[in-house]
Amino acid sequence: MSDGGTKTKEMRLQEALRETLRYEMARDPRVFVMGEDVALFGGAYGVTRGLLQEFGDGRVRDTPISEAAIVGVAAGAAINGLRPVVEIQFCDLLPLCMDQLVTLAARYHYMTGGKISVPIVIRNKFGTRPGGGPSHSSCNHGAFIPFPGLKIIAPTTPADAKGLLLAAIRDPNPVLCFESHHLYGITGPVPEGDYMVPIGKAAIRKPGKDLTIVTCGGMVLKADEAAGRLGEKGVDAEIIDLRSLAPLDTETILASVAKTRRVVIVDEGPVVGGLTAELAAVIQENLFSNLKAPVIRVGAAPIPPPHSGPLVEAMVPGVDRIEAEALRLVGA
Amino acid sequence: MPDSTKRKAMLRTMIMVRAFEEKLNDLYQRKVMFGSPHSYRGQEAIAAGVCAALAPGDLIASYHRGTGHLVAKGADIYKLLCECIGRRDGYSLGRGGKMHMGDLSFGFLGNTGTVGATVPVATGAALAASIRGSGEVAVSFMGDGAMNQGVVHEAMNMAGLWKLPVVFVVENNLYAMTVSLERSVAVKHLAERAAGYGFEGKAIDGNDAEFVYEETVKAAAKARSGGGPTLLECLTYRWDGHFGGDPGTGYRKREEIEEWKRRDPIRRLKEKLIAANELTEAEFEKLSETVYAELDDAAKRAEAAPLPAAEAETDEVFAR
Repeated sequence: MSDGGTKTKEMRLQEALRETLRYEMARDPRVFVMGEDVALFGGAYGVTRGLLQEFGDGRVRDTPISEAAIVGVAAGAAINGLRPVVEIQFCDLLPLCMDQLVTLAARYHYMTGGKISVPIVIRNKFGTRPGGGPSHSSCNHGAFIPFPGLKIIAPTTPADAKGLLLAAIRDPNPVLCFESHHLYGITGPVPEGDYMVPIGKAAIRKPGKDLTIVTCGGMVLKADEAAGRLGEKGVDAEIIDLRSLAPLDTETILASVAKTRRVVIVDEGPVVGGLTAELAAVIQENLFSNLKAPVIRVGAAPIPPPHSGPLVEAMVPGVDRIEAEALRLVGA
Repeated sequence: MPDSTKRKAMLRTMIMVRAFEEKLNDLYQRKVMFGSPHSYRGQEAIAAGVCAALAPGDLIASYHRGTGHLVAKGADIYKLLCECIGRRDGYSLGRGGKMHMGDLSFGFLGNTGTVGATVPVATGAALAASIRGSGEVAVSFMGDGAMNQGVVHEAMNMAGLWKLPVVFVVENNLYAMTVSLERSVAVKHLAERAAGYGFEGKAIDGNDAEFVYEETVKAAAKARSGGGPTLLECLTYRWDGHFGGDPGTGYRKREEIEEWKRRDPIRRLKEKLIAANELTEAEFEKLSETVYAELDDAAKRAEAAPLPAAEAETDEVFAR
């Protein structure tokens, strides 16, 4: 998993992403950064701050507001030998890139019979929050799971942010990196050096025996809080942080659910046709007779992300709802 | 002005490009081919002229009407035919078909079926060339229809902004599938659009291989020396319909088609070479025979080649 040293440094997730970009740009001259406001301004979330000064405007590029071409031009640069890391400021803007991303870049390797690969990383922010509203606050990560040839990561700790981003930059395939709005500011230890987390491997954030909570992104924090409350009531929840949405680590998920025999799937995105739907299907296909209760899904209400605080709170799964569903599941 | 050897090579390329389309049509009519051809007949001077003007390390990106570009850039005819008819020996192992290939061994960045989608790819390849200082030039082939796709505007703006070594070759055959140019754009010449991206745009005779060659030489030299992109709007005409099942007469007048056939790019170059005493009629016939025989031989082998094994269908979804 990791060739890195055991030495760690405490930093915010946003800084871990930046340090990873710096680390890999210094090591590999093929890596470059491109996107709206990433150079002079340092990125809408400060992730690319300082890179322009360190690596120059050849490898750190502000682009025009052209999301589709940002992805397509990155694909072309990757095909011709470079390793672009691009930033799309909101996942709400990814639909602008759909053709270039899923029909072109993700299919390139297959449609050229394996002759050409497209090693690009597309960083973007997801997470529903008050004030973001219908175009700046989506959680459409689940919508990208069905596209073959695309890998998807969603780091939740500063260490994973480094490990997954480094693995993504070195991966020969297009990788979509969903960075949660709720997590940029969290702090944690980050291993120094060449530290990688394999794409496609989930993490068990908290072991438990009574039920499994499968989740990702910002919902990991809420699941953790809910598990704390459940513990006080004598219910021992296991928390799986997916970390990668494609490929899904079905092995870890199924092993956990086979053990606990009860599962709540929590997601910030919609339940209809999304990540929770896929997970529920996989779990029941494999473990139907082992389950003590039906799979429960806790996701966002089927509405566009609203602007006002109370509306957002009502839309997005909260700690109370996760706790209540978990208690219902164990019959408490 | 291209020298005699180059002129003859372009003539041979054009004959092969046309022969290839005729062979594809034959395979399509006999239902040997999966999908349909998009005939390049009538536009041969552009592929031949552009590719002859490029250096060996230069790159091209193509589109759905792309077989002509691949032949001109040096694709292996057998492998190309195999891909068109879905055989294992095809460039993409039968996964892509004639609209979806890519092989850097002969400088081919790729093509796809979404109109305009490879324009950012060529632009990105040029960006990589610029960052690495490799001296490569990328050519982005597209049809007139692609000029109305948003992503094409986005990519051209970036190319102009960053003075990337890319040449945008717009093959204006006057129809985007069935809709004529005058019914889809508000300007007279697509080349005018280049002004909006800060580089030069020229509308040129796309049925004159020598002229296309000369203009590409200039554009490539400018690109290579840091002068940025050029848009070459090559005026031409496709003799056939948009795809195999379209006779091309439902939306175009027969007289118009006949008039353009009189501007046959192959005959034009042939007559120039004969007038310059560089070629005889007999030599031309011999050259054609050789090309058609080479193609027939490749097609026979392709038709006898195995289909892909279904159990290997998930290979190559991810690069390892």
